[in-house]
Amino acid sequence: MNQSPETFDTNAIQALNDRQLRAALLNLASTFGERRKLAILSVNDWEGLRAQARSIKDETLANLDQYLEQFVLKAENNGAQIHWALNGEAAQRLILDLLKEKNVRRIVKSKSMTTEEIHLNEALERAGYAPVETDLGEWIIQLAHETPSHIVVPAIHKSKRQIAELFVEKVGIEPTDNVDELTKTARRVLRERFAEADVGISGVNFAVAETGTFLILENEGNARLTTSLPKIHIAVMGIEKVIPRLADLDVFLKLLPRSGTGQQLTAYQSLITGAKRQPDDEGPEEVHLVILDNGRSRMLAHPVTRQSLACIRCGACLNACPVYQQIGGHAYGSVYPGPIGAVITPQLSGIEKARQLPFASSLCGACREVCPVKIDIPELLLHLRAEVKQGAASRAASQTGKVSKHRIERLAFRFYAFAWSKKLTYEWGMKIARVFQRSIARKGRIGKVSGLFAGLAPALEAWTDWRDAPTIAERSFREVWREAEKTKGK
Amino acid sequence: MRVSLFVTCLIDQLWPSIGTSTVEVLRRAGCEVVFDERQTCCGQPAFNTGYRSEAQRLAKRFIEIFEETDSEAIVSPSGSCTAMVHHFQELFPDDENWRNRARAIAERTFEFGSFLVKVLNVDNVGASFRGRVTWHDACHGLRDLQIHSEPRRLIQNVKGAEFVELANADACCGFGGTFSVKYPEISVAILDHKIAAIEQAEVRAVVSGDASCLMQIGGRLSRLGSKVQVLHLAELLASNE
Ligand code: SF4
Repeated sequence: MNQSPETFDTNAIQALNDRQLRAALLNLASTFGERRKLAILSVNDWEGLRAQARSIKDETLANLDQYLEQFVLKAENNGAQIHWALNGEAAQRLILDLLKEKNVRRIVKSKSMTTEEIHLNEALERAGYAPVETDLGEWIIQLAHETPSHIVVPAIHKSKRQIAELFVEKVGIEPTDNVDELTKTARRVLRERFAEADVGISGVNFAVAETGTFLILENEGNARLTTSLPKIHIAVMGIEKVIPRLADLDVFLKLLPRSGTGQQLTAYQSLITGAKRQPDDEGPEEVHLVILDNGRSRMLAHPVTRQSLACIRCGACLNACPVYQQIGGHAYGSVYPGPIGAVITPQLSGIEKARQLPFASSLCGACREVCPVKIDIPELLLHLRAEVKQGAASRAASQTGKVSKHRIERLAFRFYAFAWSKKLTYEWGMKIARVFQRSIARKGRIGKVSGLFAGLAPALEAWTDWRDAPTIAERSFREVWREAEKTKGK
Repeated sequence: MRVSLFVTCLIDQLWPSIGTSTVEVLRRAGCEVVFDERQTCCGQPAFNTGYRSEAQRLAKRFIEIFEETDSEAIVSPSGSCTAMVHHFQELFPDDENWRNRARAIAERTFEFGSFLVKVLNVDNVGASFRGRVTWHDACHGLRDLQIHSEPRRLIQNVKGAEFVELANADACCGFGGTFSVKYPEISVAILDHKIAAIEQAEVRAVVSGDASCLMQIGGRLSRLGSKVQVLHLAELLASNE
C-alpha cells in the first residue's frame, strides 16, 4: 500500500483496475462538485471573495517573516510554547523529546495533513507509542495501516463493507453492515482513548498574527476533544498558515468549507488562544506549537512557486481533477495527492523523486477554476515541468552509454524546434511522413500500430493502443491555398 | 476586415478541410483573408512538455512572421493554439522587448468562433446541417480564453441542426498533448466518460473548436466503431446541407 511518487505510472494503472475505488471516486466528484456549486450561490460575490483571499495570502507571504514573528510573540504572551522545526526529522525529534520530558504515554490525534507530511505516526510508533487517530476516516485508515487518499476525506477509497470487515478484525465487533452500528463502535472506542490520553496532537488551519490565536476546522468534534481533554496539546503547523488579522478569518471561513465539502460552515471551529490560566479553567495546561518549514521557504523564494503556499487545503482541486477522479490519491505516492499534490510534492520532497507528478495532468485547468485562493496550478505544473527537463538534461549530460527515454524525447523536441522553424524542412518533413504512413494507414486512419513502427514511434504506439490516429492529408492546407491563389492569379 | 490566418500545424497537415472551412466562413462574414506560408507551429507541444528554449525558438519565429503581416486580427481555428499565443509572454521572463512584442501579437490573436461573435458581431453565417449536434468545450478555449456561449450561439443558428447540451460538455477529454501518450491509460479512462455522454446524447455529430480534442474523441469513436461524426466548428459553419 505504501506507494511512492517514483512509481506513479504503475500505481496509476493499478488504481485504474480497482473498480470499487473508481465507483467511489465518481461519486465523490459528482457529490462534492454539485454541493460546491450550490454552496457558492449562497455567497454574494464569490469572485470578489476569492480575489480578496488571494490578496490577503499574497500580502502575508510577501511579509511572512514579520507576520510569523507577530504571531509567535502574541501566542507566547497567551501562554503557548513555540518550537521551530526546519524539517520533518527535526519536528519528529522535537516532539519525541517533549513526550519523554513530560513522561507521557497515551496520545490522541486529530486529523492533520502536516503530521502526515512529517510521518509523525511512524516516528511515534518506532519510539514505542501508540498514537490514536480520532477522526473517523483517519482512524479507519490507521486501523488498515494505510495512508490518506484525499486531503479532506482520507478514507474515501474504502467501501462500507471493507470498513465493517476491518472493525470485525481489529475491534472485535460482530459482523454488521449497519452504518449506525459502525459509527457507534467508533465513538465508544475513541471515547475511551480520549478519556485516558495525556497528550493531544493536532494540526492548524489558520494562525492569526494579530491575536496569536490558531484555528482548527472539523466536522466531528474530535479535534475539539483532542485539543481540550488531555493535559498537553501539541499543534503542528507549516509556516504558511499565518493570516494577518482576525477579521480575515471571515473570508477564509466562507471559502474553505464551501470549496471543499460544499458546506456553508464546518460543524466545529475551535479557536485556541493559549493554555488554561486559572486552576478552574478548562483546557490543557500546556500548549505547544511546532512551526515547520520543511521546504516551504524554498517555495517562498520564487514568485511562481510562492503561490503554492497560499493553499488552504480545502481539497476542491482534487474533486475537480479528471486525473484524480480516475486514479484517486494513493497513486500519487505522497501525502498530498491530486493537482495541489502534483505541485507541492516535488517541491517538498525534491523534484527528482517526484518528477513524474508534474506531467500527470492534462492541463485542463479545472483545478485553477475551483481553487478558492486562485492558485494557478497549471502554471505551476508547467514551471515544474521545465525544471524537471533541465534537471534531466544535466543528468543525461553526465551519463554515458545507455540512451535514456528522456534523451530520445529531448532529441525529438530539438529536432522539431529546428525543423519546424523553417518552412522548407517543415514541408519536406511532412511530405516524407506522408509517404511513410502508406504502410500503416487504412481507409484514412491508422489502427493499432505494432512491430517496427511501434519501435520507431513509441508515441504512435501508445496512442493507437486505444485510439485510431488520423492520417496526414493527401494535400495540406498550404498546398490547397497555394493552388487556389495560383488559379486566382490567372 | 483584413485577417491573417493562423492555421496550426495539426490542421495544416491532418485536416486541411478545417482550414478551408475557416477561410470560407470568414469570407462569408465579410473578411479579407491572408495566409503567410512561412508559418508552422506555435510551439505548444514543447512548452507543455517543459522544453522552454525550443518553445521560445518557435514563438520568436511566430511573432516575427505575424508582425510582418499587415492585418487587423490574427484568427485561428484552435482554442489551445490561440491560448499558447497568449502565453508567449511567459517565455521571456527576462526580456522586456520580446515580452512586449509577444503581448502585442497576443492582443490581436483570436480564436475563430469567438472572433465571429465578439469581434465581428456575427452569430449566423447562413449554414445548414441535418440532425442533432452537440458541443464539447475544449479546456483551453473554455478556461484560458473564457469561450462558452459564442460557439453555442453559432451552432443554434445553423439551419436544420438541433443542438443538445452534452452532460459533461465542460469536462476534459483527456487529451492534454503529450499526456495522451505519456499516460495513455489515464487519458483514455478520462476520455471514456466523454464518449459515454456523447453516445447517450444520440447525436449525429460532436462539434468542438480544437482539432486535438477532435483527434482524441474521434480516434476513440472510430476505434469503438461508433457512427457519431466529429466536426470542427468551422466545418459545421461552412456546411450547406
Ligand atoms: S490548491 Fe486550492 S483548491 Fe487545491 S486544496 Fe489548495 S486551496 Fe484547495
